[in-house]
This record gives sequence, C-alpha cells and structure tokens, in this order.
Amino acid sequence: MTSDATPRVRLSAITKSFLGVPVLHGVDLDLRGGEVHAVMGENGAGKSTLLKVLAGVHRPDSGTIEVDGEAASFAGPTDAQRAGIAIIHQEFTLLPHRSVAENVYLGREPVRRMQVDRRRMVADTRKLLDWLGEDGIDPTDAVSSLSVAQRQVVEIVKALSTDARVLGMDEPTAALADHEVELLYDLVRRLRERGIAILYVSHRMREVFDLSDRITVLKDGRFVTCAPTGELTPDDLVRHMVGRELGDYYPDRAAPEDFGRVRLALRDAGNARVRDLNLEVRAGEIVGLAGLQGSGRSALARAVFGVEPFTTGRMEVDGAAQRVTRPRTAVRLGIALVTEDRKGDGLALRQSVRDNTLLVRRAALRGPRSRARHDVPSLLDLVTVVARGEHQEVRFLSGGNQQKVVLAKWLAVEPRVLLVDEPTRGIDVGAKRAVHELLRDLAKRGVAVLMISSELPELIGMSDRILVMHAGALAGELPAGASEGDVMALATGHRAGAAA
Amino acid sequence: MSTVQQRTAPAGPAAARPALRLRLTPVVVVYLALVTLLVVGSVLVGLRGEVLLDQAGILNILTRSTALGLVAIGQTMVILTGSLDLSVAYLIGLTSLIAAETMAGQNGMIVPGVLLALAVAAAVGLVNGLVITVLKANAFIATLGVALILRGYLENNYTGPAGDVPRGFQHLGYDRIGPLPVAALLMLAVAALAWWYLSRTRPGYHMYAVGGDLEVARLSGVPTRRVVVTAHVLCSLAAGLTGIYLASRLGSGAPYVGTDAGYDLESIAAVVLGGTLLAGGRGGVIGTIGGVLILATLDTIFDDLEVDPFFKDVVRGVVLVTAVALYARRMMADRTRGRLT
Repeated sequence: MTSDATPRVRLSAITKSFLGVPVLHGVDLDLRGGEVHAVMGENGAGKSTLLKVLAGVHRPDSGTIEVDGEAASFAGPTDAQRAGIAIIHQEFTLLPHRSVAENVYLGREPVRRMQVDRRRMVADTRKLLDWLGEDGIDPTDAVSSLSVAQRQVVEIVKALSTDARVLGMDEPTAALADHEVELLYDLVRRLRERGIAILYVSHRMREVFDLSDRITVLKDGRFVTCAPTGELTPDDLVRHMVGRELGDYYPDRAAPEDFGRVRLALRDAGNARVRDLNLEVRAGEIVGLAGLQGSGRSALARAVFGVEPFTTGRMEVDGAAQRVTRPRTAVRLGIALVTEDRKGDGLALRQSVRDNTLLVRRAALRGPRSRARHDVPSLLDLVTVVARGEHQEVRFLSGGNQQKVVLAKWLAVEPRVLLVDEPTRGIDVGAKRAVHELLRDLAKRGVAVLMISSELPELIGMSDRILVMHAGALAGELPAGASEGDVMALATGHRAGAAA
Repeated sequence: MSTVQQRTAPAGPAAARPALRLRLTPVVVVYLALVTLLVVGSVLVGLRGEVLLDQAGILNILTRSTALGLVAIGQTMVILTGSLDLSVAYLIGLTSLIAAETMAGQNGMIVPGVLLALAVAAAVGLVNGLVITVLKANAFIATLGVALILRGYLENNYTGPAGDVPRGFQHLGYDRIGPLPVAALLMLAVAALAWWYLSRTRPGYHMYAVGGDLEVARLSGVPTRRVVVTAHVLCSLAAGLTGIYLASRLGSGAPYVGTDAGYDLESIAAVVLGGTLLAGGRGGVIGTIGGVLILATLDTIFDDLEVDPFFKDVVRGVVLVTAVALYARRMMADRTRGRLT
C-alpha cells in the first residue's frame, strides 16, 4: 500500500450539533492516498454526519479540515468537489432514461462550439471505465439497462470524473446482491491501487475486515479508536462500537410452555424466488429469519403476505389452509407485514399520525369509523410514539417514531401473525429497545412473530428460534442463543442444514 | 422493498448487441403509426373515389399541423422538464390580438407587432416559470391560474375579432412553395431548432435532467430553477408564434382562436402521443411532430369521410389511450433490455 506522508484529508476535532443536539464531539479522522479507511459505529454514532462534513454538505461547528496539509473550509458540496472530494451516497443519483456518459457529466457537460461535446463526453467516460477495468459498460448504454452493481460503477465513475482523489462511500453494499458485493470489493481495491483515498462507511463487519486498511470507530458521536485493521478482531470492534455487553440488551425470551398453537405454517411452499419452504411459527413465539441479502428472506415474507404469492405448496393460518394471493386477503386473515422500506411501503408520509394508524383498519376491515378513531390514543400509547399530536404529518417524525406508527397501524387490526422485516433499521438505540419490547410483548399476547433482520446481534438476542435462509431455501434451524458464526455458516452455505 | 434489487441480469457488453435492428422506440412507433394511418386513410378515402394525399390533402394536413405543431413544440419542452402549461390557449388568443392590433393594417408595423407579441408571450412564460419555481406552486394549478387571468383580461376587453393584419403579413399564412405551405416549413424549422436545443446543448440536457429527477439534477449542479423558467419562456414564445401565425391566417386577432381549437389540451395530447413521458425526462420534439401529424391526418381523413364530429373525438381518445398504454409496455420491456431512444 502506498501511503503518502501527509494525509490527503485530515479532519481534526470536528464538532457538529443539530438544533442543539450534539451529533459529533471532537472527532478526528485522516485519510491517506491508497488507503481504505473504514468508519464503523452503530446507527446514530455519527458516521453519516461525518461523511457529510467531509462532503461539504454540513459545516462543522468547530474543528478543522485540511486537504493535502493545507487548511480548507467548505461552504458547500461544490467546494469539497473542487478540493477533490467526492461522495457516493446511499441513494443512487442517476437518471435512468439518460445514457451513462450523460449521467457522468450531468451538470458539467463539456461544450464545444455551442454544443455539448458528446464525442468527448463518451470518450472520457470510456477512459474512466477502462481505467477501472469495467469494459462491460458502454458509455452510451441507458442507465435503466444496467444492473444495480453496474449503476454503482457509474456512480463511482461520476465521482472520479470530477478528478476526485478522495472518495467517500456510504454503505455502498446496501443495495447490492451478494454476487455484486464481490464486484464492488474488486472495484474498491482497484481504486486503492490507483492511489485514491477511500472513506468506507459501513456497519457490516465482514466488509470492513475484507476491505479496509484502517478502522475508525465512533460511538455516540465520539471518537473511540482508530487502528490498523490487522490489529483488531471482530470482537474488539463490537466492544468498541457497543461499549457494553450485548446480552442484557434484549427483553427476556419466552419459556417453551408459553408457546401456543401453530399460527402460521408453510408446507413445501415456493414461488419464483423461494422454494421448498417448511416452517411453523407458534403463538407466543418470535422466530428469527436470517440470511444474506437476496437469500429470499423478504421474498418469503412477501409471499406469505400475498404480494408475490406462493405458487406451489400449502400455507396454513391457524391450522386452516389458505390461498393468499393479495395483501387484502392476508390482512383479513390477521397477517401483518412491516416492510423494510418504512418510507416507501409503510407510511403515507404526508398524512397524519392518526390517518396512518388507521390506514389498514379503514382499508381492510368493516366497522364504525368513530370507534376506530377512539382507539388511536391507546394504540399510540402502546407503541410509545412521541409526536406533537395525532394530526402531525408522519414525515416530521423521527425514524424511530415513524416505525412505531407503522407498528401501531398493524396493531390496529389485531394481527395474529406479524411479519417484521428489518424492524429497527435506521432508528436510534432508544427506539430500537422500545420496538424490541413491543415485539416481545405482542408475542406474549399470543401473536406469532416472524422477524427478519440483517443485524445478527438483534436477531440472536430477540429470537426464540432462528431459521436461516440461503439461496431461496431454508438452510437450517438454530436454537435461541446460537452464535453469529453458526448463523453465518448456514447463511453463506458454508455448512448445510443442521437440526431441523 | 426496492424494485431495483430485483432487476434481471445486466445487459451484455456492447458487442453482443446487433448493430442494426429497428428498435421500437416511441418515435419509431409514432411514425410507423403515421404511415399506417396514411395507408389505411388513403384506402378508405379511395373507396369513396377520392384521393387522400393529393395536393389539397397534403396542404390540408400540413396546415392543420402548423399551429398545433408550434404549440406542441413548446409544450414538449415544459413537459420534458417535468412541468406543464395550460395557459397556452389563451396566450395564443392574446398574442394574435396584440400582433393584429399593433400592425393595424400597416406594413411598416409588422415587425413591431411580431416583437411586441413575442415580448408579451415571453413575459407570460416568465411569470409561469417563476410562480412554479419560486412560489413552488404546482405547474398544473399555476398555469391554470395564469390561464384564468388571461381569460379574464380577454373577456373584459374583447367581444370578438379585433385589429387588422396587413396584406403583406398574410402571405405568411397562405404562401406556398409547391404544395408546401411556407408556415408549415417555418414550423418544421422551429422544430429542428428545438430538437437541436434539446439534444445538443447543455440547457437542453438539463431539461431532461430536471424532468428525470429534480433532486438528482440539483445535486449534480444543474441550475434547476433556471431550467424550468427557461422551458416556460420558450413554451410561451412558441404559443406566441402560434398566435402570430393564426392572426396572419385570419387577417385579424381573435380572443378565442386558441381555446376554440383546444390548443391547451390538444398540445399536451400531441406531446404524449409523440412518446414524451408526461412526468418528464424522456421524449422529444421529433415524436411530438409525429403526434401532431397523426392528429392532423386523422382530422383530414374524417373530414374527407364526412364522419360525425363526436365520433371523431371518440377515435382520437382511443388513439391517445392506446398510444400511452403501448409506451408504458415498451418502457417495462426497456427496463430489462434497454437502450435509449
């Protein structure tokens, strides 16, 4: 690894508050050319804010930024860009109907004799693609024809086309399927070889250990440690990130005698995405569903809920065979699905807390409206939503409170089977805890809970049993308290099904 | 749940693509439909012992296309930008009056009349654009409001045609080169200019970007407000040209010359028929002209066949709905195979 003597970028004692709430307190970070520097931390640790300070999106309240040893101050993203810093955001910033080259040079199109110099645009884009060794993408391809991984390459090319020498990547694998992650690794390594300084924000342990040269850990907005990756073990990292034992963090599990009848059962069920599913979830039980992205976890939940129905096998709800071909049927049967995309699928963001809470109830169930409205306060109490009032639009709530509204929406129809997909993604620790307690509480009241989560500690801490999926099928079942290693072994297909 | 994740396999490398294959992009579909329509129309009209595409027929189609074509070119720009303009019809009436009244029968006043009409048109476009970008009003409502303001002004001040276009300027409306009306050629020249602007210049690129995704455009450094305002000014200028042309045809200005022909909704229909996404970001002027020609040809065929006017509207509606549904299907197919238009 060729590391320059002076770091490309040095952030020192960066402090940033939003509305009086401190998000970063005196964080230090330096990025060297030809280095992948990972920043890790729990949600809310300040990773994204730090990245945005680097990108010039946020101005720090105090602290200094140095680029190539010289003090710099960014009034906006353009300043950071000029200093050679480019950020690849979690959301894609590409226009699907335009070509790769048009996207790469969007807003900076080269002009020659009053016209956009398309030949140069295409040639320069091709040069960058070649430089990265990405010859599978043609500059004239429409972005809509590219795979997600290829789009990410285009994002990177777009960043590099500004002559960036520092590249910030925010959870770059979030949208990628597993085989695409490998391609990204490869690309990141090539960027490193070419002397780019890479700030890699992620909360995925494996990626960080696979890719990074150094790791900085943040916790609650504070700098915890920075060390070469080789000197850290995953356990160290977890300890730094969490700063506490994991065990006491989750509500108590149910005792086996608390489990009731089988609420949801699948017998050889399958469709285009999943196959040969056999499982049972009993009343009072929280069953964790683990698996890598794209393993079919969400597809299973969507199939049960009738979004993409099962085409083979049987599904039973409370012992009776049911054909669920659309969500409405599922809701009527007492099945609820809390989707992973809260804002896209879960909430009508511009509607009030009350309207969102009653959304499913009004849509799918009959009965007097007045009574439904009457129930809203107690529902919100139950999930401990903090809002200015029932009439506040949900888009103004924090992520945690939004998630609680989603839960309230489903509690309003008193589900018997609750499917939750990434129930605590992107919400703070306090709200997380509340969601966990709520799920356990619901289980105690006889709801069968099937929980999908990419955060293994959460999945292990919450579940009475863990089912692991791999490549569209169930790879095995693990008892409560299984280790992360056990789960990963099954999820990666490293070890085939143990006890079923 | 992101649909992006569920996309099928990536398109292969460039080499795997056949070099020459007629791709059914909306533009291709529009012109294929136009040719089909001309053939079918010729047969139907031929059965009555007449000829669709004789000199009079061609003249008829092109004349019908001229005014609508001009408005629709402007409308294409705002729609591509993700906006919309419902005020064009009243603006056409207004500019026809301004041109005709300024000219007041004198050849010497032709240039001032044209310039004044265009200046007023540009001002209206500026207002539309600023209301949408600065006051953040929805384009539909903003331009509807401006349309109402223009209507109020016209109704208050005019009861019928006014002004007088000098003989010299009426040549614009009636002169021809062979079977081709000069005005239609001018319209096509404007279309060519608009095509160049949209597909070759930076501001044109930025219109596609803003219509494709406003936030992406902004984050990429595109001056989004300026782009939207420019689109509206250009759209209104196109409407102004339409008003001037119609004044030269009529010999005077007329307050309802734009609304009677329904140029507001008709121009939007032509744009959408031409394959431009109503949501913006994809499409272009070539398709729009195809859409305009289809609508004009339909009208001409119906006139030749002496079809009931109500039935005409039914057919136009069916054509429009079919076209939009067809494009929606193509878009989905494109997602998996995809190339640009």
